[in-house]
Amino acid sequence: MTPWTLPRLLRRNAEQMAARPAIREKSHGIWQTFTWAQYWEEVGGFALGLAACGFRRGDKLAVIGDNRPRLYWAQLAAQCLGGTAVPMYQDSIASELVFVLNHAEVSVVVAEDQEQVDKILSLRSELPHLKLVVYDDPRGLRHYSTTGLAAFAELQATGREFGISHLGYVEAEIDKGDPDDLALLTYTSGTTGRPKGVMLSHANLLSSAQAFVEAEDIRASDELLCYLPMAWIGESLFSLVLTLLVGFTCNCPERPQTVQRDLRELGPTIAIAPPRIWENMLTQLRVRAADSTPLKSRLFEFFRGLAERVETFKGDGNRLSLVKRLGLLVGEVLVYGPVRDQLGLRRARWVYTGGAPLGPDTFKFFRSFGVNIKQVWGSTELAGLASLQPDAQADPDTVGRLIPGTEVRIAEDGEVLIRSAGVFKGYYKQPEVTRETITEDGWFRTGDSGFIDPRGHLVIVDRAKDVGKLADGTPFAPQFVENKLKFSPFIAEAVAFGDQRPFVAAIVAIDLTTVGNWAERHNLAYTSFQDLSAKREVRGLIAEEIAEVNVSLPDAARIRRFILLNKEFDADDNEITRTRKIRRRFVADKYAVVVEAFYRDDGEVEVTTEITYEDGRKGTLTSTIAIEDVLKAAKPTREPAYA
Amino acid sequence: MSGDVNGGNVSPGEAQLVVTGVSKHFGGVRAVETVTLSVRSGELISVIGPNGAGKTSLLNMISGFYRPDTGAIVFAGKDITGARPSHIAALGIARTFQNIALFAGMTVLDNIMLGRHVHMKAGVLSSFVYWGLAQKEEIAHRARVEELIEFLELEDLRKQPTSGLAYGLRKRVELARALALDPKLLLLDEPMGGMNQEEKEDMARFILDVNQQWGTTIILIEHDMAVVMDISDRVAVLDRGRKIAEGSPGEVQRHPDVITAYLGTAKARLEAAA
Repeated sequence: MTPWTLPRLLRRNAEQMAARPAIREKSHGIWQTFTWAQYWEEVGGFALGLAACGFRRGDKLAVIGDNRPRLYWAQLAAQCLGGTAVPMYQDSIASELVFVLNHAEVSVVVAEDQEQVDKILSLRSELPHLKLVVYDDPRGLRHYSTTGLAAFAELQATGREFGISHLGYVEAEIDKGDPDDLALLTYTSGTTGRPKGVMLSHANLLSSAQAFVEAEDIRASDELLCYLPMAWIGESLFSLVLTLLVGFTCNCPERPQTVQRDLRELGPTIAIAPPRIWENMLTQLRVRAADSTPLKSRLFEFFRGLAERVETFKGDGNRLSLVKRLGLLVGEVLVYGPVRDQLGLRRARWVYTGGAPLGPDTFKFFRSFGVNIKQVWGSTELAGLASLQPDAQADPDTVGRLIPGTEVRIAEDGEVLIRSAGVFKGYYKQPEVTRETITEDGWFRTGDSGFIDPRGHLVIVDRAKDVGKLADGTPFAPQFVENKLKFSPFIAEAVAFGDQRPFVAAIVAIDLTTVGNWAERHNLAYTSFQDLSAKREVRGLIAEEIAEVNVSLPDAARIRRFILLNKEFDADDNEITRTRKIRRRFVADKYAVVVEAFYRDDGEVEVTTEITYEDGRKGTLTSTIAIEDVLKAAKPTREPAYA
Repeated sequence: MSGDVNGGNVSPGEAQLVVTGVSKHFGGVRAVETVTLSVRSGELISVIGPNGAGKTSLLNMISGFYRPDTGAIVFAGKDITGARPSHIAALGIARTFQNIALFAGMTVLDNIMLGRHVHMKAGVLSSFVYWGLAQKEEIAHRARVEELIEFLELEDLRKQPTSGLAYGLRKRVELARALALDPKLLLLDEPMGGMNQEEKEDMARFILDVNQQWGTTIILIEHDMAVVMDISDRVAVLDRGRKIAEGSPGEVQRHPDVITAYLGTAKARLEAAA
């Protein structure tokens, strides 16, 4: 068996599937296709260019920008030469950039456009390892005369010249490669502290991908839309590793703003997205349903209700009556099919949600509308994923079965430990932390607490360190409560508190779009997020939403108090990670005043928050925020808030 | 710049537009009084001045909306004094308006396509059946329009009617339509009026990019002094119809007459109010 590496897979694809589409980019309103032969050609040219500039085995190349074919090519080119790719979040602020680029000792950065180039050039004096900056889009950069700055095509031209005097250079380098070479150095968003560099070898990535292929129906004819941050391991696994292994086509959207339309146009056959995206889709859908004509919105609500009831009914193991079946059939024609089409999921055989737990209500909604949504679970340290749900056993409570070749053990304190070929090589330059995370016999401590259910599915309860107890001893899992809250279209983010406290309270950030829309319908004038979140009517609206959520929560876990935050949770302020996970401890510290006030009876609290602007400047925002009580549980049934 | 326009081909650095002693009077109002201005090819020149200084009237004469009472306007060696606007547009002079003039019911794409009109040669019949030349032309023009859409970052708005767009975006669409003409000379009448700081910065970047990437000559009327001083190669100052100063941004800022014109009007207003 060939010891596979990513570049070797690329070479294989270029030989065996030369004319098949490898990657597409929507440009000038048209999907432009690159075949595997062209992909190989582009990667080879760029690799030569890097070699000509002195890029050697073990060197590191970072990419920063939105998903563009050239940024994928650059990563592979580095790997062809025995180097390591370091994908970065496109919205990283200066201090994060400096930290990662220096920590990883990156010598070449491939940036998407002028914005990213400017960001890096402005920091150049702080980046001693950086030798070369390459850009994809030359727009606005023609007149830059900085040394060590080159256009992607320029470097390829340099490379082709270099190639004439160094025949077979790249091929030879690929042959020298070893599956244990470091392929990817991905910095984890980390909900605590500084980002850590996760070292993943070709073997790690490919074992994870191979196991996925064995467990899931994935075909060379599949189409995937690549729109998630390139620094997210889930993205890399699909758009860099699985595409090479299976040969399916990646599609890069035109611009971040056009993703929804591109999705619909393309109709991908497979899709993966973090909960945030699914929640957004659902919110958009409900807003649009409510904005349409009364007949349409009633139809939508009727069939939505029917689908939900049927889904629960089926879940209890009942057989459907003829009437219900007929109802679903009509619903399929009138509502479900068109909705899937609008969302761009008409051709999708399966879609995954991963990265964080998705609220059960959102999950059920998509399933009831005929979207085969399933949960995956994994982490950067496991080269992407470790478990997934089979088609027939998708439910919101588990994260499915472990993929082939993965062993699991539950530690005494409930922590899930994993052992597989996908377990990473360690944190870059942090041997102590690595030793704390990987046991001597190779088990990776996931930090998630969970158990294996009778069907053999893994159930993740919460981040192990987040699970707590209320003062009376009732167990309290904040994420569970928060996901319930986020099902409300009006709530964008929520953080629940309750560990060692008498009751549960929450900091809520409203969704500006939907609440703004609601305010307009109710003739409520507002100027800004801060203003809107302070309106009495809005507080009342959210109180009702929370009361509704409380109905489905056990008595002790009900939310008694909440505040509406005067700003959105922002990754620039370190409150959430770039993959939009709440950094719970940080938030708890930052808003300690609020948390204390929850458990006194002050009625309001003055909050001063520090805001970091995109360029790194800081400002403060002070306001007095009212603490709201959720007094009564709402009536069990009521009109949907959006009717 | 692609597309061949009759005339307008002047090598960079040479005088492309020469305005000599033009005047425009409306009854007793002397909107423009013997203004002379020479613009080199590839230059970005700003025309500034207090309200009613005659800036827009000057642009209107260059683009053929007004016929000058006196003086001459020569563009790329051709006398265009008093020529029809359509004729001037065909020579390669495009403009945007102070008050946005888009077709509200039409999409962004269609509005920009309209800008290609001067370059379309297919007849009514072949266009109607969308055959032969008409089809080929349409595709070529659409390709050019797509370049502009990408350039001005309008991809997500292609199919949106312009009536629903925010003000700043409509201004951008108007610029795209003007650029669709493949102009040699672009006249921008307050492209940043009514914009917030972020929108202004975006627009300034687009204007600079147009100037640098395609070498398009630009005459800019703008009130935001910071922007003007930042991006202009040269600045001309009008006051009550007369040109009172001309030079680099630094020179103009130090010019005593300019200081008087700006401060003076404020002072006069104060006196009038007192």
